[in-house]
Amino acid sequence: MNWTLALPEIVLALSGLAILLAGVMQKRGQAFFSCTMMTLLALVVTGILVVLAPDGTGYGHVFVNDGFARFMKVLSLTGAALSLVLSVGYAREMEIDRFEFPVLIAFSTLGTMIMASSGNLMTLFVGLELSSLAIYILCAFARDRVTAAEAGLKYFVLGSLASGLLLYGISLAYGFGGTLEYAGLQQAVRGSAVLPAGLMVGIVFVLVGLCFKLSMVPFHMWTPDVYQGAPSPVTAYMAGAPKVAAFAVLLRVMAGPFGSMTPQWQLLIEVVSAASMLFGALAAIPQVNIKRLMAYSSIGHMGYAMIGLAAGTAEGTRGTLVYLVTYLFMNVGAFAGIVAMRRKGHAVSRISDLAGLGRSDPGLALAMAVFMFSMAGAPPLAGFFGKLMVFYAAINAQLYALAAIGIISSVIGAYYYVRVVKVMFFDAPAPALDRMPVSVSFVSVGMGIVTVFFIVGLGPVATAAQAAAGALFR
Amino acid sequence: MHSPIEAIGLAPYLSVGAILLVLGVFGIFLNRKNVIIILMSIELILLSANINFVAFSAATGDLSGQVMTLFVLTIAAAESAIGLAIVTVYFRNRGSIEVDDITMMKG
Repeated sequence: MNWTLALPEIVLALSGLAILLAGVMQKRGQAFFSCTMMTLLALVVTGILVVLAPDGTGYGHVFVNDGFARFMKVLSLTGAALSLVLSVGYAREMEIDRFEFPVLIAFSTLGTMIMASSGNLMTLFVGLELSSLAIYILCAFARDRVTAAEAGLKYFVLGSLASGLLLYGISLAYGFGGTLEYAGLQQAVRGSAVLPAGLMVGIVFVLVGLCFKLSMVPFHMWTPDVYQGAPSPVTAYMAGAPKVAAFAVLLRVMAGPFGSMTPQWQLLIEVVSAASMLFGALAAIPQVNIKRLMAYSSIGHMGYAMIGLAAGTAEGTRGTLVYLVTYLFMNVGAFAGIVAMRRKGHAVSRISDLAGLGRSDPGLALAMAVFMFSMAGAPPLAGFFGKLMVFYAAINAQLYALAAIGIISSVIGAYYYVRVVKVMFFDAPAPALDRMPVSVSFVSVGMGIVTVFFIVGLGPVATAAQAAAGALFR
Repeated sequence: MHSPIEAIGLAPYLSVGAILLVLGVFGIFLNRKNVIIILMSIELILLSANINFVAFSAATGDLSGQVMTLFVLTIAAAESAIGLAIVTVYFRNRGSIEVDDITMMKG
């Protein structure tokens, strides 16, 4: 058996445990910073091992390593590392600088990596739960604030419901497909002339569970509250790595085991995608809180990324992957701006608190403007290319209505993104924000550069995404 | 040698599983009183899937369903521990765990 397949996961799991131990043995005040640095190192090392890990399946076919898994894992590790960097200064000021914070992020990332590599419905569920359970705790991590506790409670209840439905769907798929393995399910689905109704119900339950985690309409209701209540670096994390992993699972399951029944599930995905795009665009308009705005924005973005899945082709999957890359970078960048929103030591999150930022902190305002325009899909920026590729795939797959809805909702969406820019540059100034920590400006500037000059890296990213999608559609 | 599942068939097991699932889902959405009841409903949902797994596993003679059940039991234990911890944190801040009180954030 080839145990080196899962070497990155093993290394991350063991370093998580070791860092936990190191944290216990240090003094309370110092443990957070050193544990964060160790976790960052562990994430980087894991990332290198992911790139070097061999292809193949192992552990009795429960674990798959291929180009697709590698792409998703690198993406999810990047998101985790960036949000961890964001937490460095923030955690101390918000008095949540306990060493469990980075360790929980590491374990949650481990869960997302296992999801990306799942070759079996069992691995899928265990990975999903590992990643979700850690996030439930992270949401309620600021345990003295009632909003954080409420966010944790809401996410826990609705997330557990989603996991339960997913598990029920897995049990039906197991019963009527006869196996938990993707490869076996694929054969069972291909071999049967008439699909058993139980299998169809099971697939729908699995879809519902994953759509819940992705906060797709109509399973989005937890998103705004949880995004608002959770500490900002945690929100930045939640909007990145777990979504990438849920997409990894969705793409793998829908292309692999259930790939031959695309006509049956395609309409479902189209409806969910269109509803998410429209709802994300319309419901964000009246928002006054920027974290809620970002929540609706992420609902919309997941809808756009879903277009690639609805297309059901390798080209569509490539579009989704490129979209996720651009989304991850501009999202972390925008959250760097939100983490920097503090006044007299307190976090503020109303859009009006950004007023006059163009004068008091032109650098941050410029970076935020770049992220907002990129999310709206303005041409030379990163967000445009992601949208372009999914729309292109949709048109090639003859999903004209879906592409049209996508274009309309991105025009509507541009309104509220541009409104943030208008508040920053043209409204009467609010009192200036506190100086932001170096780590936050590092992420903000870095992501700004990536977003602006994404066109330079578009070729390699698209090639990698193409190879990853090719691994799924063999 | 007849196992019970050969004697009475798969349907009764699946029916119990489906009833437990529905009870659990309704327990979450119709309950307006106490968060603890929600935690119990979540357990019900996970256990309903477990009954399915064991029944299917016995019917098909494939052991992986029973392995899955053991994983699910472990995860359910971790999940309820985390759930109770979050409820405790919430109670400390708010002084109540009534479902109707969980409305600080809206919009």
